[in-house]
Amino acid sequence: MKTKLHLFRRTKELEQKIDAYFDKLSEASVVYRLAIRVYLKEGANEDFQGRLERVNGLESAADHLRREIEAQLYTNTLIPDSRGDVLGLIETIDQLLGQFEGSLWAFSNETPDIPKEFRSGYRKLTGMVVKAVDELGLGARAFFRSPHDVPAYNHKVMLYEKEADIIGTRLKKQIFTADIELARKLHLREFVEQIDSIADTAEDVADRLAIYAIKRIV
Amino acid sequence: MIDPLTLIFLSSGLFLGWALGSNDAANVFGTAVGTKMVKWRTAAIICSVFVILGAVISGAGASHTLGKLGAISALPGAFMTALSAAVAVYTMTKSGLPVSTSQAIVGAIIGWNLFSSNPTDGSTLATIVTTWVVCPLLSGVIAIGLLKALKFASKQGKVHLIRADAYTRLGLILAGAFGAYSLGANNIANVVGVFIPAQPFSDIQLGTMVFSSTQQLFLLGALAIALGVFTYSKGVMMTVGDGLGRLSPTSALVAVTAHSIVLFLFASRGLEAWLSSHGLPTIPLVPVSSSQAVVGAIVGISILQGTTGIRWSVLRNIVAGWVATPFVAGILCFIGLFFLQNVFGLQVQ
Repeated sequence: MKTKLHLFRRTKELEQKIDAYFDKLSEASVVYRLAIRVYLKEGANEDFQGRLERVNGLESAADHLRREIEAQLYTNTLIPDSRGDVLGLIETIDQLLGQFEGSLWAFSNETPDIPKEFRSGYRKLTGMVVKAVDELGLGARAFFRSPHDVPAYNHKVMLYEKEADIIGTRLKKQIFTADIELARKLHLREFVEQIDSIADTAEDVADRLAIYAIKRIV
Repeated sequence: MIDPLTLIFLSSGLFLGWALGSNDAANVFGTAVGTKMVKWRTAAIICSVFVILGAVISGAGASHTLGKLGAISALPGAFMTALSAAVAVYTMTKSGLPVSTSQAIVGAIIGWNLFSSNPTDGSTLATIVTTWVVCPLLSGVIAIGLLKALKFASKQGKVHLIRADAYTRLGLILAGAFGAYSLGANNIANVVGVFIPAQPFSDIQLGTMVFSSTQQLFLLGALAIALGVFTYSKGVMMTVGDGLGRLSPTSALVAVTAHSIVLFLFASRGLEAWLSSHGLPTIPLVPVSSSQAVVGAIVGISILQGTTGIRWSVLRNIVAGWVATPFVAGILCFIGLFFLQNVFGLQVQ
């Protein structure tokens, strides 16, 4: 009986850690969106720096959780059949957290000067990217409890990624037709691509997730 | 105190028990240990305890059927019957042929019947042979039903993957315990069943309970099985995945449960009495092959998952086992009895 209780206590702890890991992702995506909004309005001020620090903290906490989850899965030889998939999922989601962090650092270090007419484009792009990541987070959670629901979330990730691409392309066209220096154009394009690449990664993770879910269903 | 000569005669049955423990424990716990869901030591302890319980508590049913096929009344005759079954199992395993102690012992008993001019009960033999065919089929059908139910439950229950893993581990231990109990109940007849009419023990009164002579014999046989589990089953359990193909822990749970249910159905006197009291057709209590029950379950799972159709090579091997094993054991028994009687001057009937 003691063994049984011990077994389920450990199980619950690990479940909570996995849930907490995905919480970090959703939290980071919300803070990222707010940080970009602040930057577009007021530049790299204290508020922006605070949000950057928060995303940093979330990335570190997620890293810590990832190591704990990996160690626990291996040490206790849990889910032998899906272990590789779960570790793959967690590691690729870690890349997303890294991209959120990297993007904000780039804004903080390079402080791109974004003309007013492009700001709504950046805001829309960020909104779409964050939506893609949010749907991915929901899909990843669903993988653990109801893999049958994963395709519905993945479908939305693809949809938001495509929208982000459309917005990004439109924004780049706008930038390159504007009457500004080429160096500035290139700098602005770099940031469009950096933000858009987060949605691309979300799509890549969703593709993997689709396979993992199929394996679980079969 | 048991006469040392009696122990020598019993040794062939105990050898058969050891061989059964070495090989068939893998059918119960092999996939669980192979996939590292359960530690080997845990598996070996649970397997041994429940094999002993199954044999002592529920072993009588299938033994009774073997007794009807041929009641071997002299210890040397029983010795040779068990020995020829053991030798048939050993040599055929060495040749890479699938073999079942159930089929070997039936062949050996028929060999004894032929040698001693004892008529073989045709209806009992027909029941036994039919059961062998039904066993893997039934196991496959039960496995399909169980897997469907499990999939439905997991879809509805939305259990977290990590929790489902913990449930599967617990399920594998429980199914393994049930499987070991059923294995003991069903297969103890193969190991020491032939010694029942000639066995040397007497009943022991334990308060209000009687520990019958047959139960003592079953205990001895079950201890031999447990010895086989502890001394030789580890390697078999570790490599079971290679022979049966890679199974997921869920499929392993389904396969072991289906196997255990089938072995239990063909061993339970309680169920037989219940069915009979409700006017339902009863299930014959016959020793069946644990390996074939597992293979039947795995084929059922594969068909349901669409990973493979009917594996003809597996079926061909099973059918070859049905024919070849009793035949080889019967011939060996006949020749062995001839030597025991005419060379050593022992009374075999």
